[in-house]
Amino acid sequence: MSSKAQSRIEALAASARRRRRLQAWLPWLVIAGTFILWEAATEIFDISTFILPAPSDVFQAAVKWWKPLLDDSLHTLISTLAGFGLAVVAGLLLGVAIGSSTLVYKGLYPLLIAFNSIPKVAVVPVLIIWFGIGVWPAIITAFLISFFPIVVNVATGIATVEPELRDVLRALGAKPSDIIRKVGLPRAMPYFFASLKIAITVAFVGSIIAESVAPNAGIGRLMMVASSRFDVPLVFAGLIVTGMMGIMLYWVAEFIERRTTGWATRGQDAQNFTPGG
Amino acid sequence: MTRPFVEIDRVAMRYGGVEGTLALQECSLNVQEGEFISVVGPSGCGKSTLMRLVSGLWPATDGNVVVAGEEVDRPLSLVGMAFQNPTLLPWRTILDNVMLPFEVVPEHRKRLRAERAKYEQKALDLLKLVGLEGFGAKYPYQLSGGMQQRTSLCRALIHEPPLLMLDEPFSALDVFTREDLWDVLQQVWLARKPTVVLVTHDLREACYLADRVLVMSARPGRIIAERAVPFARPRNQETMVEPEFTKLVAELRGFIALARKGEEVS
Repeated sequence: MSSKAQSRIEALAASARRRRRLQAWLPWLVIAGTFILWEAATEIFDISTFILPAPSDVFQAAVKWWKPLLDDSLHTLISTLAGFGLAVVAGLLLGVAIGSSTLVYKGLYPLLIAFNSIPKVAVVPVLIIWFGIGVWPAIITAFLISFFPIVVNVATGIATVEPELRDVLRALGAKPSDIIRKVGLPRAMPYFFASLKIAITVAFVGSIIAESVAPNAGIGRLMMVASSRFDVPLVFAGLIVTGMMGIMLYWVAEFIERRTTGWATRGQDAQNFTPGG
Repeated sequence: MTRPFVEIDRVAMRYGGVEGTLALQECSLNVQEGEFISVVGPSGCGKSTLMRLVSGLWPATDGNVVVAGEEVDRPLSLVGMAFQNPTLLPWRTILDNVMLPFEVVPEHRKRLRAERAKYEQKALDLLKLVGLEGFGAKYPYQLSGGMQQRTSLCRALIHEPPLLMLDEPFSALDVFTREDLWDVLQQVWLARKPTVVLVTHDLREACYLADRVLVMSARPGRIIAERAVPFARPRNQETMVEPEFTKLVAELRGFIALARKGEEVS
């Protein structure tokens, strides 16, 4: 190899490394930048803490109330995960059923859409009548709100299997269950993980709505109590903690996704790419 | 004469109800066991429909399809299929794609767990035969189109089906790869002698590979002409420059031109 080629390859590798480093740091830089801008804006425009507390005020409130913040966010996390777990199981099962049978699809889809159009905040009082104030309304609201994207995505993945692929399997004497297992489910996995990333974030919305309507425990209740005491910095601390939990679970979903469905996201990550022969 | 392996008797196929498109009508043909036939015809003449009827993927509207002495009324597990697209499973490695039939075909799936090593060796041998040695652990997207098509061919062949249905398997490839794969297919056929039905629109391909070439009419498709291909095997590049070969191709081209105009030929 000529030295020119050598140096060119090295330069390319170096620029790829720089880009990867930037990609890893960029989210943190953006978050830090947002906080700095926010702090500066409250300072410059002299915004009252009651309207928009500065990040430093929020941080102070978070330190002062760290114990209830921690307890309540754990409570919210657990009910969110419980509802989300139920949604994954039910969503997968129903998604497979809808995706593999036109009859089930035609029969159930309108009902599902109607159901998903109902604002979940309106359902919470009904859930409270049924289950009482406690952890269940939060779990069920998280379930109801995160279940729909999973069903739709899994069903789409299974329903869009190429007819020729199906023919290859059928010509081998495959049963419908073989086709779902060998082709439908693996094919639906990228869709499923994409929906998980949506579902996990909206699951938080669900449980916090329930906690705000029926204040029993959780970060939703903490924010309701704080706002009724006009403790706006604490409200913001609650919001930020919720956002952080959302990001954490999003990362978990993304990590599993990358481990299991690398074949579908090839080329998006430079390190995953292997040139063909 | 023994009973043909594939008997298609005055088959008709109509899509989309009574008023739907008539793809095949009065279509009859026989294929002997171990014979290699090609079906050519103008585009849209129902060649692919014919393939699916023989494999039992779709039921015929009228007429009978009999394979290996049995009326075809559901998908047969004795068929290996390959299509114009490789239709590989992108989440499986090349080796696992080729192994797929073993996981599905009833007689193999029972034994697969116990004799996995033996089956894998078989798949690796076949991959080697088509020039894909060392690519078993790759994923389809890491291979070129021609290599994917080779894999697809392996998947059609691996369980040694007595009947091979090939629906324009080489038409999306460049000329060099295509002629390469003709020889691979010929080699496999000479070694195992399965019954092969090759649908194609490439007349040279049909004449190079088949024992017999059948010409279909424009839609609704039926067989309007048939020519035996006399050249000795194994055929090679020299076969294609023989004057007889050129003459046969020209004759078939004439049939197709007539078929496109909808005229009768003898």
